[in-house]
Amino acid sequence: MLIEQIVFIAFSLMLIFAAIMVVCSKNAVTSALYLVYAFFNSAVLWMLMQAEFLSLVLIFVYVGAVMTLFLFVVMMLNINIENLRRSRMKYLPIGILMTALIVGIVIYVVMPEHYISLTPVKATEHYSNISSLGMVLYTHYLYPFELAAVLLLAAIIGAISLTHVGNPKRKVQNINKQIQANKQSRLRIIKMPSEK
Amino acid sequence: MKKIVQIIKSFTLWELLIGMKLTGRYLFAKKVTLQFPEEKTPYSPRFRGLHALRRYPNGEERCIACKLCEAVCPALAITIEAEPREDGSRRTTRYDIDLFKCIYCGFCEESCPVDSIVETNMSLYHFENRGENIMTKPMLLAIGDKYEKEIAESKRADAPYR
Amino acid sequence: MFDAIIALVWIVIKIVIILVPLLIAVAYLTYAERKVIGYMQCRVGPNRVGIFGLGQPIADAVKLFLKETIDPTAANKFLFMLAPVLSLMPALAAWAVIPFNNSWVLANVNAGVLYLLAMTSIGVYGILIAGWASNSKYAFLGALRSAAQVVSYEIAMGFALVGVLMAAGSANLQTIIHSQQGGIWHWFFIPLFPLFLVYWISGVAETNRLPFDMAEGESEIVAGFHVEYSGMGFAVFFLAEYANMILISALVSIFFLGGWLSPFDGIPYLSNLFAWVPGIIWFIAKTFIFLLLFLWLRATFPRYRYDQIMRLGWKVLIPVTIVWIFVVGFAIEFHLSPWFN
Repeated sequence: MLIEQIVFIAFSLMLIFAAIMVVCSKNAVTSALYLVYAFFNSAVLWMLMQAEFLSLVLIFVYVGAVMTLFLFVVMMLNINIENLRRSRMKYLPIGILMTALIVGIVIYVVMPEHYISLTPVKATEHYSNISSLGMVLYTHYLYPFELAAVLLLAAIIGAISLTHVGNPKRKVQNINKQIQANKQSRLRIIKMPSEK
Repeated sequence: MKKIVQIIKSFTLWELLIGMKLTGRYLFAKKVTLQFPEEKTPYSPRFRGLHALRRYPNGEERCIACKLCEAVCPALAITIEAEPREDGSRRTTRYDIDLFKCIYCGFCEESCPVDSIVETNMSLYHFENRGENIMTKPMLLAIGDKYEKEIAESKRADAPYR
Repeated sequence: MFDAIIALVWIVIKIVIILVPLLIAVAYLTYAERKVIGYMQCRVGPNRVGIFGLGQPIADAVKLFLKETIDPTAANKFLFMLAPVLSLMPALAAWAVIPFNNSWVLANVNAGVLYLLAMTSIGVYGILIAGWASNSKYAFLGALRSAAQVVSYEIAMGFALVGVLMAAGSANLQTIIHSQQGGIWHWFFIPLFPLFLVYWISGVAETNRLPFDMAEGESEIVAGFHVEYSGMGFAVFFLAEYANMILISALVSIFFLGGWLSPFDGIPYLSNLFAWVPGIIWFIAKTFIFLLLFLWLRATFPRYRYDQIMRLGWKVLIPVTIVWIFVVGFAIEFHLSPWFN
């Protein structure tokens, strides 16, 4: 129990540090990397609560895919830090408003009457996180789950239709045609009378 | 029909497998590598490598300081100074070849009326200090003396084609 | 408390037992690569250091150790040093859940497949960070290419594993192997053949090996993400690449070729003949076949063009996996013998 507590405290402290650094660091790429670090720490915390599925999916999906693309974009941004610093005061009121709103919601949610404290149950050896999660998702929460899936599908189609430009005048290569090319389609051997 | 064949071909990775068959066959093919310091490729007798100045069998140096090689050298690598020797014959006092300038074209060898300057088939030599790239007359003569047998041999082998 | 420490020490010893042979294997994989590719090109490969050149990897390692580590002036020093470690770490950490024999596994976790997916997916961070922290165009281009490529092929890889999960009914690697019990015709590579191919191809892409080595692309962007690295930094990247190759080969043999299972189980005469062979020998043999295939692919194929890589990943591999997942679903529903009884 003691070791678990030490691990918990250590990783929560690191998580808080990483979360603060996400906001405070001046470089956007450093911020994104701190966010990755924060994801790792929270994955460890989930693992500590024996939610290995969620913890590994957090790493797989967020760290492995989402943050990679995020970094991809952030690395190519050309942010002028000086300009940002000058206009910082301009956004102060709305920032304070948003912070107050979020803090208020958080306080409301974790108030004693809403917050059900559960003592963590030690799982048995043959307890499978994945199958129990799947069981709940596909029975009790089937409709919300399917709704979320439809929402994601709509987002995918939206993204594709936004980026897909159906202009046939574009000079794109038809890869299909290119890789089907063979000797006959590229090379023409002609017979010519030899010059005298 | 052609399209269907194409689809079947690409999904069975047919052409990739053909390529891999080829490389797989070469895995067991005979290796052509030469283990260099131990094995060497045969050199042609007219191979143009390091230069040498030859002597007649009686010990007299062949070079008569005609300066034809200096004149023909396209890279201006040869520098010759000459004056009469005590016995009145014309000899070089200086015969330098800058190996950094030399392009190993063999014109000097062809222009020489007395077969004095030749290019041996030695291609393996190196310099360790600045200035060693200038081959002076004694050095060239020393090479000629040392490898006279080989030089004469390759001259004889190449003679019918000259 | 004392028990916990002993358990910890025991785990560390196990880790050493896994990692030391692994790193030696990595060193000799570089040797094997040079030899095999040399042979395929009618050369003989390294043969000067020791007999048959067997000392070559050690000589290379010593050379890289002794070389000066140069960090570029405008580089982000901390991230620059961190990147090689980040690329090696997941390649080694993934071995925690790999079963070598019936009970030889460091951590027999239930979510083993997920753990592996998570570990292989964070390998790209080393490349991304190296590319960005080097502050060099070529390194950056390499990092961007590699990020896009890895994210694309991760999806195909994940879908291929979904098929394996469905067939085995578990994410535990030991259970996956056990469900392939009983001779070579029970192994998953027969019912899941397209997924097997997709997993292998995206595995090659994931390790940035030829013909998918867009991240390095010597002829286009010099050496890609590690163009600014020298000495140890370069050596660690090299190590990570080859450790990843071994990992992917081991994973393919676990997911589709029954891991440490003997191929002769259930054949009347042969099964007794080979009963004495320990499982780990089969496992190493299967892994070795795929390692050889890695080298063979490198010796055979030219590098893909970038847009063709993307097309292959998104328009070919992912649709194939999705279709085959449906096929596997039907096969499971109708208890297709002998795999889904």
